[in-house]
Amino acid sequence: MTFERFCQGSSLLHRTDPRFKIVAAIALTLVIALSESMGSAAFGLGVSLVLLAIARLDFRQVLWRLLLVNTFIAFLWVMLPFTYPGDTIWAAGPLKISREGVALAFLITVKANAVIILFISLLSTSTVADLGHALESLGVPSKLCLILLFSYRYIAVVNEEYQRLARAARFRCFRPASNMHTYRTFAHLFGMTLVKSWTRAERVGQAMRLRGFNGRFYSLYEPHATAGDFIFLGVMLAASVSIEAFELGLSRLIF
Amino acid sequence: MHISEGVLSAPVLLSGGVLTFAGTAIGLKKLDYDRIMTVAILASTFFVASLIHVPLGPGSVHLILNGLLGVLLGWASFPAILTALLLQAVFFQFGGIVVLGVNTFNMAAPAVICYYLVRPFLKEKKYRAVAGFAAGALSVFMAGIFMALSLALSDSGFFSTAKMVVVAHVPVMIIEGFITMFTVTFLARVKPEILFGKNSCPVCR
Repeated sequence: MTFERFCQGSSLLHRTDPRFKIVAAIALTLVIALSESMGSAAFGLGVSLVLLAIARLDFRQVLWRLLLVNTFIAFLWVMLPFTYPGDTIWAAGPLKISREGVALAFLITVKANAVIILFISLLSTSTVADLGHALESLGVPSKLCLILLFSYRYIAVVNEEYQRLARAARFRCFRPASNMHTYRTFAHLFGMTLVKSWTRAERVGQAMRLRGFNGRFYSLYEPHATAGDFIFLGVMLAASVSIEAFELGLSRLIF
Repeated sequence: MHISEGVLSAPVLLSGGVLTFAGTAIGLKKLDYDRIMTVAILASTFFVASLIHVPLGPGSVHLILNGLLGVLLGWASFPAILTALLLQAVFFQFGGIVVLGVNTFNMAAPAVICYYLVRPFLKEKKYRAVAGFAAGALSVFMAGIFMALSLALSDSGFFSTAKMVVVAHVPVMIIEGFITMFTVTFLARVKPEILFGKNSCPVCR
C-alpha cells in the first residue's frame, strides 16, 4: 500500500527545497484560513489552483482526494444552514435555512479546499523523509523529527503486519458485523500488531545502539538552497501579503 | 474526525497551538533517546489503527484508540499523536498545518488524562476490564467535548453543530471502550511488560 501518492514527479514544486515550501505553505495557509471575506478566500483558491497546475499532478487523483477530505465540510453543510442564526431565506415546518449559515458554509468550503489544494501541491510533493530533515533544519526539536522519520519508516511495515493478521482471520471465516465477537477479534488483531511492533521497536533500538546511534539521523541528501528557491519563496510570501491586503482592503470598503 | 482548515477562529487556533507546544515539550523532555524508537513505532501503529474500519450498524467507524495510547505512553502521547496527525495530513490531507495544534490537543489531552485516571487501575486484575473500557470510552468522549468546545468558542453560531459533534461521538465511544477493553486484557495476558513492565512507559521510569 502506498500512502504518498503525489511525491513522484519532476515539476518545479517537486524540485523546490522542502524548507522553503514549508515556510510558504504556513504563510499562505495562515492568511487563507483566517480570511473572513469571500473575496480573499477566492483569491487564495486561485493561488492554490495555480500552484496545483505548476505541480502537474494527476488531476483525477487530486479530485478523488478532495472528495474524501470534504466529509467534514459536508457535515457542516448539513448542520450550518439550519442552525446558524440569521435571516431566514427558506422555511419548511421547523426547518429554517438562514442566509448567514449558507454564506458561512460556502466560505468555509472555499477556504478549506484552497488550503487542501495548497497542501497537496506544496507539501505532498515532497517525501516525509525530506520534510522531516527540512523541519529539523528549521529548528523543530530533533527528538520530534526522529519520531516523525522513524514512524514514517515503519508505517508500511506495521500496516503489512496488521494486514497479514487480518488476512489470516478472513481465511478462518471471520466476517465483521456489529457484534461483540467482531470487536473482540479486532481488538486481538490490533493487540497482536501492538505486540509485534513493540518487539520490533526493541530490536531496532538495540541494533541502532549497537551501531553507535547518538541521536542524530544522517541524511545523504544535503539541502542546497538555489536562487530559484529564494525567488519561489519571495513570490509565495508576496502572494500571502496580497491576500491579506485584499482581505483588509475589502473589509474597509464594506464598513 | 478532524476539524478542517478554515473553520476555527484565530484565538482558538493560537491557544490550541500553544497548548500542544507545551504538551509536546513536556513529552519530549521526559523522553530519552533510548525510548524514541518505541514511541515512533507506536505512533505508526496508531496511524495504522486509524485505517482499520470497524462495522457499526449500517456503516463503519475507524479506530482512534487515543485512550490506549495515553495509557501506554503518558505524556509522550503528545509527540506521538502530533506525528501521526502530521503524517495523516501529508498522506491524506486530513486536517492541516494551522489546525494541527488544535487537533493534536483535542486527541492528546484526553490521552494524558486517561493515563493519570486509568493506568493505576490496570494493575489489578479485577478492575482491568472496566478500566480498559473507561480509558477507551472516556478518551473519545473527551476528544468529542474538546472538538465541540473548539467549534463553539470559535463562533457562537456553531453551537448546535458542536452539540451534534458530541452526539456523533457517543456510538464511537462505546465501540472504542470495548476495543480498548479487549486490547488491554489481551496485552495483559500475552505481553504484560507493555502494560506494566519496568520499561513499559517510555517517559515514566
